[in-house]
Amino acid sequence: MTDRAFDILVIGAGPAGLAAACRAAESGAKTAVMDENPRPGGQIWRASAGRLPVAAQPWVVTVGKQGVEWIPAARVFAAPAPGRLAIENAEGEFSLTYRSLILATGARERFLPFPGWTLPNVMGAGGLQALVKSGLPIGGKKIIVAGTGPLLLAVAQYLRSRRADVRLIAEQAPRRALARFAAGLPRHPEKLMQTAQFAWSLFGVKFLTGCWPVAAAGEGKLESVTLRRGGRTWTESCDYLACGFGLIPTTELAALLGCRIGTAGVEVDELQRSSVEDVYAAGEITGIGGVDLAVAEGEIAGFAAAGQPDRARRLFHARAAHRRFAAAMTRAFALREELKTLAHPETLICRCEDVPLGRIHACSGWRDAKLHTRCGMGPCQGRVCGGALEFLLGWKAESVRPPLLPVKVASLIGTEPGEEAS
Amino acid sequence: MPATYDVAIAGAGIVGAAVADECAAAGLRVVVVEPGPTGGGATGAGMGHIVVMDDSLAQLALTRYSVALWRELALELPPEVEYAKTGTIWVAADAEEMAEVECKRQVYTSAGVRADVLDERSLAEAEPQLRAGLAGGLLVPDDAVIYPPSAARFLLERAQARGAELRVGTAVELPGVGQALPPAKASTAGIRLRDSELLAAGIVVNATGAWAPELTPGIEVRKRKGHLAITDRYPGFVRHQLVELGYLKSAHSSAADSVAFNAQPRRTGQVLIGSSRQYDAPGPDIEAPILSRMLRRAQEYLPRVTDLLVIRCWTGFRAATPDKLPLIGPVAGSDRLYLATGHEGLGITTSLATGKLVADHILGRPSAIPREAYLPGRKHEAQHG
Amino acid sequence: MADAVTITVNGAPVTVPAGATVAAAVALAGIHTFRRSVSGEPRAPLCGMGICFECCVTIDGREHVRSCQTSCAEGMEVRTDA
Repeated sequence: MTDRAFDILVIGAGPAGLAAACRAAESGAKTAVMDENPRPGGQIWRASAGRLPVAAQPWVVTVGKQGVEWIPAARVFAAPAPGRLAIENAEGEFSLTYRSLILATGARERFLPFPGWTLPNVMGAGGLQALVKSGLPIGGKKIIVAGTGPLLLAVAQYLRSRRADVRLIAEQAPRRALARFAAGLPRHPEKLMQTAQFAWSLFGVKFLTGCWPVAAAGEGKLESVTLRRGGRTWTESCDYLACGFGLIPTTELAALLGCRIGTAGVEVDELQRSSVEDVYAAGEITGIGGVDLAVAEGEIAGFAAAGQPDRARRLFHARAAHRRFAAAMTRAFALREELKTLAHPETLICRCEDVPLGRIHACSGWRDAKLHTRCGMGPCQGRVCGGALEFLLGWKAESVRPPLLPVKVASLIGTEPGEEAS
Repeated sequence: MPATYDVAIAGAGIVGAAVADECAAAGLRVVVVEPGPTGGGATGAGMGHIVVMDDSLAQLALTRYSVALWRELALELPPEVEYAKTGTIWVAADAEEMAEVECKRQVYTSAGVRADVLDERSLAEAEPQLRAGLAGGLLVPDDAVIYPPSAARFLLERAQARGAELRVGTAVELPGVGQALPPAKASTAGIRLRDSELLAAGIVVNATGAWAPELTPGIEVRKRKGHLAITDRYPGFVRHQLVELGYLKSAHSSAADSVAFNAQPRRTGQVLIGSSRQYDAPGPDIEAPILSRMLRRAQEYLPRVTDLLVIRCWTGFRAATPDKLPLIGPVAGSDRLYLATGHEGLGITTSLATGKLVADHILGRPSAIPREAYLPGRKHEAQHG
Repeated sequence: MADAVTITVNGAPVTVPAGATVAAAVALAGIHTFRRSVSGEPRAPLCGMGICFECCVTIDGREHVRSCQTSCAEGMEVRTDA
């Protein structure tokens, strides 16, 4: 692909990115939206057996109608100059330049290590869902869904619809936190409907609060999971464990661009502007908040980037309501302290370099750990172990360098001829 | 009463660690002060190549001595140091460079360092990924590679086992704000810490690498930035440390930004690719044009390197001096303030020899090699190559 | 466009629906170990979205390719670690 220039470039084609691209393009801006995946939708709107979820369809259709350039299966790996991103796809490397950039890079799951978590068929909750949507056969398989968050219900519902045998959903949040959350749902009628829908579709599946996995076991692959709830510990056999402890915003590109990142995510103003001029952020990367908030933020960012702040402002009220809901969710599904004891000294924390917790405990911080244990120095560059170490030890992610992900040497060479020594 | 040490060392990189190790081994009371993790400067950023280099006779003497020290130490090094006798191949692209290879072979052999000329065919057998048509090279089989942060830690732990103290996470007060290192008339020398504690010591050693002039204003050490890239695991892609002959010119020059091909196999199977040199760089950020140039140079020697995946890129700062030799010994006019810095791209290699020379000097005992060429305040011609 | 695609996994043919990822094909082939970790542990996909690199396999001679991010193409040759 050759180098291209756009007025507005959107990175990420999940709910926030699609909404942003639509609003930007309908305001007349020359717009492109890019995603790592071959199809739009991101995680929550990921296509299954080739079909997008109903909620995604109008946005995708509009994106097409508005003449938005769709750049699939492409990854930003560097920001070599202001207004320019370096990108790699299957064909090689190319650059895109922009006047405004909207980051909608979404979120990933937080993995908390426990004995046996590295066994094949222990996956994230969203992870197993993504794999099944991409063709992994699951019919008749016994599945335990564990961790925290509404994602567990969505995943269980989806897997059931694919004829998996979902044995139980283990939610770590205590019952009273969920009850408080449920009591607040009438304020958000659509969410109440959604919850009722989940309850109906998951009828017959054990849903246990205050419950979490303490170990996974098996020969060469998962065969059983040991769970704890209160004073009771028991083991259940299963084929897959779909386990994720909440979501973490994917802020690496924002950090590379110099955007200020707060405790929740990328800091933005009321028009979704980041601390870097001409760079907007929308969706989960500004703070985990769910699909409705992501869409609202995406629309606001799209209007704002296209010079239509008044249209953006009309959405502030809805965004505020979604933010209230998101805050309630965050409170309800906060990770409990007991989860800090799941990992033992010999439990691997860094899966890329096989570094156990005991060796990391001996380190004074990330720099020390990277230098002396190689934790965080493998291909994932700390994206898997980072979420765990933030929770377990309070270690904050370090500054980000290019390449944002492993890329070919050829891509780092690029297409510009090397400068000769003067 | 503040504690009294014989030697206070600023900097727990591999040079500071080696000095601490030698001084402690000689029975001196040692303290090492370091604000960041051990091995966090150039020690953690460089290639870990243990190599004999002949840019000058003094460099040849120092590297040869130190490479031998590493070889002796190898048997005691724990596995995380990853000492591997990969050897070095200096790659010659054409007949002119082959002539240089022959000269180099003579120099090395006269110095008692094993060096074998490889012709085109034997070079290709030794390193199948090198492009066809290279003239040959010089194989120096006793060169090695290590993982330097682990080596620094090993030396520090050995020093601590002999009573040395290590103060990590401790910032040193810089001159002008408080006082760090002794003015000529001070009766107590020492290192003053940022929290005002004074570590009184008979002798202070500045082993802070590229930051040395901040602690000892006026010494001629400049920061020389380098880029590196490391790939995913491709065991066997290269087997030896590969260095183009032009590396010496790049290291030697005093001015322009330059790149020179340098590739190393790590024990993990990852390939470490360098090298670049810049003075007066804007900062520690990755500079895409330099990185591109460096990797393009690598492609000229290893055509299939372009398909390898790069996991990480980073930069580091070498401590460079005008005459390309380190500063080892007391500063002119003082017998209490020592420098152990300015090692440019040879800090890992020459750390052990530096430790020996500093300890020898402090104890007034002869060294295995002449020390004059490395003394601070020596006469030299500033080179504007 | 065909409804099904046939690739080989460790030499054995596997037929998958068009659009399925290589990760799905490997699982369909009954293989649980996608790669071996640095200490030799068997590993398989974790995150499903291209972040964890546990699903890496060799595709048509190219190493370290994330199978969960790669759609199957007719005739692809996929190799996993033993």
